[in-house]
Amino acid sequence: MNLKKHVKLGLSALALSISFNSLAAEDPIKVGILHSLSGTMAISESTLKDTMLMLIEKQNAAGGILGRQLEPVVVDPASNWPLFAEKARELLAQEKVDVIFGNWTSVSRKSVLPVVEELNGLLFYPVQYEGEESSENVFYTGAAPNQQAIPAVDYLMNNIGVERWVLAGTDYVYPRTTNKILETYLKDKGVAAEDIMINYTPFGHSNWQSIVSDIKAFGSAGKKTAVVSTINGDANVPFYRELGNQGIDAADIPVVAFSVGEQELSGIDTTPLVGHLAAWNYFMSVESDANYDFIDAWVEYTGKEDAVTNDPMEAHYIGFNMYVEAVKKAGTTDVDAVKDAIIGVSVPNLTGGFATMMPNHHITKPVLIGEIQDNGQFSVVWETPSTVAGDAWSDFLPGSKDLISDWRKPLFCGNFNVVSGSCGGAAKVASE
Amino acid sequence: MGIIRSLSQLLLVCCLLLPAVSVAQVEDSEAQQLLTALADSSFAEKKQVVNRIADSGDDRARGWLESFAANKLARIKSRGQFVIVLENRGRDWTVESALTRENLGEISRRDLDTIRVNNALRTELESILSVIDLKSPDEANRLTAARALKGSVDATLAERLPELIEAEQSEPVSDSLTEALAIYKVEEQGDITAVATLSGSLNSEARAALQQAMRSDDPALVEAAAKAMDSIEQKLKLNRAAETLYFGLSLGSVLVLAAIGLAITFGVMGVINMAHGELIMLGAYTTWGMQQLLPGQPGLALILSIPAGFLVAALAGIAIERTVIQHLKGRPLETLLATFGVSLILQQLVRTVISPLNRTVITPEWMSGSVMINEALSLTLNRMYVIGFALVVFASLMLIMRKTRLGLEVRAVTQNRAMARSMGIKATKVDIMTFALGSGVAGLAGVALSQITNVGPNLGQSYIIDSFMVVVFGGVGNLWGTLVAGLTLGTINQLLEPWAGAVLAKIIVLVFIILFIQKRPKGLFPQKGRAAEG
Repeated sequence: MNLKKHVKLGLSALALSISFNSLAAEDPIKVGILHSLSGTMAISESTLKDTMLMLIEKQNAAGGILGRQLEPVVVDPASNWPLFAEKARELLAQEKVDVIFGNWTSVSRKSVLPVVEELNGLLFYPVQYEGEESSENVFYTGAAPNQQAIPAVDYLMNNIGVERWVLAGTDYVYPRTTNKILETYLKDKGVAAEDIMINYTPFGHSNWQSIVSDIKAFGSAGKKTAVVSTINGDANVPFYRELGNQGIDAADIPVVAFSVGEQELSGIDTTPLVGHLAAWNYFMSVESDANYDFIDAWVEYTGKEDAVTNDPMEAHYIGFNMYVEAVKKAGTTDVDAVKDAIIGVSVPNLTGGFATMMPNHHITKPVLIGEIQDNGQFSVVWETPSTVAGDAWSDFLPGSKDLISDWRKPLFCGNFNVVSGSCGGAAKVASE
Repeated sequence: MGIIRSLSQLLLVCCLLLPAVSVAQVEDSEAQQLLTALADSSFAEKKQVVNRIADSGDDRARGWLESFAANKLARIKSRGQFVIVLENRGRDWTVESALTRENLGEISRRDLDTIRVNNALRTELESILSVIDLKSPDEANRLTAARALKGSVDATLAERLPELIEAEQSEPVSDSLTEALAIYKVEEQGDITAVATLSGSLNSEARAALQQAMRSDDPALVEAAAKAMDSIEQKLKLNRAAETLYFGLSLGSVLVLAAIGLAITFGVMGVINMAHGELIMLGAYTTWGMQQLLPGQPGLALILSIPAGFLVAALAGIAIERTVIQHLKGRPLETLLATFGVSLILQQLVRTVISPLNRTVITPEWMSGSVMINEALSLTLNRMYVIGFALVVFASLMLIMRKTRLGLEVRAVTQNRAMARSMGIKATKVDIMTFALGSGVAGLAGVALSQITNVGPNLGQSYIIDSFMVVVFGGVGNLWGTLVAGLTLGTINQLLEPWAGAVLAKIIVLVFIILFIQKRPKGLFPQKGRAAEG
């Protein structure tokens, strides 16, 4: 009886050690996915979760990284900003993930930031944002204002001849900061204060009648007028519908939007919107083989023939491939090693060029201006001759124009003030 | 080889065309050349090519230019053949040959190069097409063309316009053309006689021309222009006021629609139902569902969704009443929390079962666009239908409450439950019916809202607070109060919005209601008599 027990014990110990060994040999690289799957932001973020799962599946089919498979860890922060921080802590402390891809809104990123810095994690953030930030642990694969807003305004001013500006946005940090930058920029270019109209609306605003009618009145003063829109999320649908209903033609008053992509347009009939503009770094209609392959893979993965791709998806595509390259280069998934290795890594983007990770943790991107077509897609009418490097600190805000960010040694600082020569300069002033 | 084949094709085409001598067409090689020039030049150069195509006299030119303006002219990469895209959704596009109009079937997007167009070119194309359309036999076509010409007349056209105006039979068309010519004359020549033509015109191009004239050096011209501007400003002010009133009414009718179901469940029954917004959402999703069931007939689907939306929401209401609310009778705080939970459950249910993404509800043809009263005032059609719908729903509800047995029983039960029961009224049944009615009306609101806002899981949340506000402001338990309160709040909000901004306008309205409730706790129309004491 005793013997039997011993044999049993020994056997189970053996089994355990074998399974432990095989685990150690495979030991997957854990990829945390921090995107809302419920709540308000689910509309935008759930697509990004699927994009990540598709990229991971493809990478695994190709043999993983360094012979190790990737394992996605999906959590749902439910569009609740404090919950983002909790879930990030769960991913880093309990799940011990090697890297996180996640967030959409700036406020959720700000909530996650201290956690990622405290636990020394890696976060890839895929959405265009207001800038004024550079963290050692965050990689910004979306556009900074100089990669979206400023080139778009330049296009309107130089190619369309716009003299009168409506800056319309949703009332929160991204539109307010962007509009502050744009207002300074326009005034620097000699636009008079009375030729700028600024308007903010609450989240999910749906009654646009009087605002659209105001814009129409503002635009009938004889000078060419354009609307620069930082209106966020689904408030855009009733806004565009009202524009169409009140007969505002893109030829009269073009609207250039920074938050309207293919996905937002899939909710409306775009016939009355033909010609209105959007500025992004990627459009689904871009004619390049890399893009066609990506669309094919996405349609196959979702099983929907009418599935659309958009700019933040491309940002994740770039960010993921950069991470893969950096791990290969470093030979390990150790956070500090990857952080050092990723600076300077170049990977193909979907528009037929290359994206490079800059020392300030932003990447190089081409800037494209597209006009809306009747099939819910954009037709590219203008693009920057080469890629533009993301600028963490805007040159058009008083508090931040002297700041630079460089995460290479020996500087190793996210907000180095070139005037005072010290790290940690005037970050507060800029973000207020 | 290729040349020989295309030559033989050309010969074939020529032979085929021989009998039809009147057809004006350039040779295919020349057409191919023109289109190639269009495809290969920059945006600035494209303008000249477009004019060359228009001047070629080819009767296919209009089709080319039209499809070019719509971004539907493309070239097959491998063959250099030009095609017109018929269907440009998805990965494979249906195309036809630009030269022969022969259907070439589906071609992968990878193999096509779209010839790009931009706003500036599109404007140019529009005015070229309007000039062509001015000779159209259809009066409506000519009128649209004439309107489009305002502000885009150039010197060559200005010379030809007088004879066109002379030859024109239809008065609106010739009036539009006269105005277009006058705008050109004021803008380019500072013609003082043309200023008189523009006086009273509400067209924005005309105003721009007058403003330019007011900055000129000629004092007589400045004075005439200023006088013309004055009369325009007067008219504009009136139009603006009418417009604001319309906006207010339309926002008000949306508020009334959203709140009127609540006026029954909360106002009459006294149940605080936080899931009211989600019942609205269910109505909106029913509309979407109907449109999925009847593809290609959005109008019919919308009309059918009116009863369907009512039924779906009413059934959901009954389920909520039976499972949650009846067990919490007389405990408002618990009801509030429980129904809030129900609202979260319904939202997430829609997210998981249908999709977290917004659904597209198609606006039928007869509901989109606007009715043009004059050039400064046009009323949007979808809003007009919503105003009408809100009034019809309100009237039917009034009828039900006043003229039917159900209405009588509802009033009896709410005024004195014990007495009503002892008279033989089944109070529980009345509760169910009343709640179903209120919920069903919420579903109707959803059907209407699907036409003006996003249909998504969060649709209900944005209306729940507004609905409570309207009911409380109007006086709990009074349907007339809800109507007046909804329309008043809508109008106040739209009056404030232009100068206070959307965010501040909302806050001001909220503060106003708080102060009002302080003064008159029972709202605009307080209930009188015994019912008020209960």
